[in-house]
Order: sequence, then C-alpha cells, then structure tokens
Amino acid sequence: MARLKNIEELKKIRTEAQKELLIRTQTGTRIIVGMGTCGIAAGAREVMQAILKELETRKIEAHVETVGCVGMCAKEPLVDIEQAGKSRIRYANISPENVPRLVEEHLVKGNVIQEWAIGRLDARKIQ
Amino acid sequence: MRELSLHILDLLENAVEAGASRIELKVEEDLKADWMVIEVADNGRGMSQEVMEKALDPFCTTRTTRHVGLGLPLLLEAARRCGGDLVIQSNPGKGTRVRATFRHSHIDRAPLGDLAGALMAILLSEHPVDLDFCHCIDSEVFQLDSSEIREELGDVPLSHPKVRDWLFDILREGETALADKREERPPTL
Repeated sequence: MARLKNIEELKKIRTEAQKELLIRTQTGTRIIVGMGTCGIAAGAREVMQAILKELETRKIEAHVETVGCVGMCAKEPLVDIEQAGKSRIRYANISPENVPRLVEEHLVKGNVIQEWAIGRLDARKIQ
Repeated sequence: MRELSLHILDLLENAVEAGASRIELKVEEDLKADWMVIEVADNGRGMSQEVMEKALDPFCTTRTTRHVGLGLPLLLEAARRCGGDLVIQSNPGKGTRVRATFRHSHIDRAPLGDLAGALMAILLSEHPVDLDFCHCIDSEVFQLDSSEIREELGDVPLSHPKVRDWLFDILREGETALADKREERPPTL
C-alpha cells in the first residue's frame, strides 16, 4: 500500500483547492502537452516539466494535462493552450527553451505567437 | 529513447489509450542478481491474439492517424541488446501486461532517468487513471498508489496546481532517496 507522506498536508491542500475550484474551471487556463510515443521521443516530458517550472516561477495557476498522439508526429512536441472564452491555439515543435516566451507572450500578454502556432480551434467547439 | 523512464512513460500512455482505469507499474532492480525488470499491467481493453502477435512489428498499429507503432518495438530492442527480453500477455476485455527485462550492468542499458517526471506526465493525463507504482532496489522500496490520493482529494483533480506540486515533490523525493541508495552500492563487476 502506498504511504502518504503527509496526509494532513494533503487535507489542507484539498480544503484550499476546493474553495478555488469553481472559479478556476470557469475562468481558468489549460495547457495540453502531447505525450504519445512521438511526443515522448521528441522531448515532450521535458517540455511539460519546463512549463510546470515556469508556471511555478511566475506564480501562474493553470491546469497542465497530457494527451496521446494526435497524429502530427513530425510537429512534436505539441502544446495547446486553451483559455476560457478564447480559441484553443496549437503550438508545434516546442522545446523547453521556448517555454518562457510561450508563457510570457500567450499567458501573460495574451498574444498568440504566430510563427510557432499551427492551428486554432474555435472556442465554441471546445467541450 | 535515451532513458528507460521514457519507455515506461510510453507503456503507461499505451495503457491510458487502451482505456485503462488502473495501471500497476513495478520497477525492480536486483543488483545482486544483476537484473532490472519493468512491468506494466493495466485493466484496459486488451488485445486479441492476432493484434498481440503484430504488436512488436514497427509497421503495425491499431491507430488510424499513422501507419507505424514504434513504442513496443523500441522497448523490445532496448531489452534484447542488454541480454533481456520483452513479454506481452493480454486478454480482450481484461487488460494487458508487459514485462521487459534487462541485464542491470549491461553497458548498453540506458539509465532509468527521470522516472518522477514520467509518472507525473501520466498522472496529469486528461483521462484520469489510477497508478499503483512500486520501485524497489534490492530491499529498498518506494511505493505510491494514486487512488489513495484521489480518495483523499475528493472532487479536487490531481492536475490542480497545488496538488500537482505536492505530488511531484513526493515522487522526486522518493526516487531521489532510492537513487541515493543505489549510488552507495559498489558497482557490479
């Protein structure tokens, strides 16, 4: 059986998180990283970690999720950014070095980085 | 794949794609016997005998978006070049078990690498899945069952930033402690 390191710590996190959960799901940001074989081989895990680190450094609270192969293997690592009420933007060939600019431009300033973006999904089609 | 943890992430991703709700991952390092075993078992949709026979062929895949399936063939080659092997057992509707073995001290054996990062990638999957993880190096063991954490969290997802950071710390600490134990041991001659 797993040993939870600090169950009290987890309970505290749960209480704090529940307060914010409704607000976050309605207005929050999702960052989606392709994690199929192609993505893994191209460095998607490192990109995901760079995103987590950048979010932590800048104190930005966003949900990070992983998905399987979407069929654009040559464009991996693929990173989608989805913000409530806005189009979902797909960025291609993202490396860990690209992540600070991606977060700065897209999440902080609200600008799509045109030279990295390869697709846009209309907000109404998302869920 | 330059790390075995990337192969592990690929196996876990296969299980998620197969619709598994629970995955068991065991990484066993027996330094005295000089073996490393990686085993992933899931409760996904499983494979028929026909599909299973083709699973190790890089030019076969069940996907329709492309015509190659490289994950398992790459792992098979990684295991065989280290004096090990890969065995797949699967039952349609019940799940799949993949077991890869490696000679631990083999010069071609890739390092395990960043296993905590690989596990985190699967725990953040858009398809929530429970991961029962066990890593042992001889008698030292690090275990974590995400279902227990989910139960404690209720409706708060593992991808919540606060939970995510907490979980990543636990995985990194557990794996670092095991790696320290490994380093203390004399190299196999």
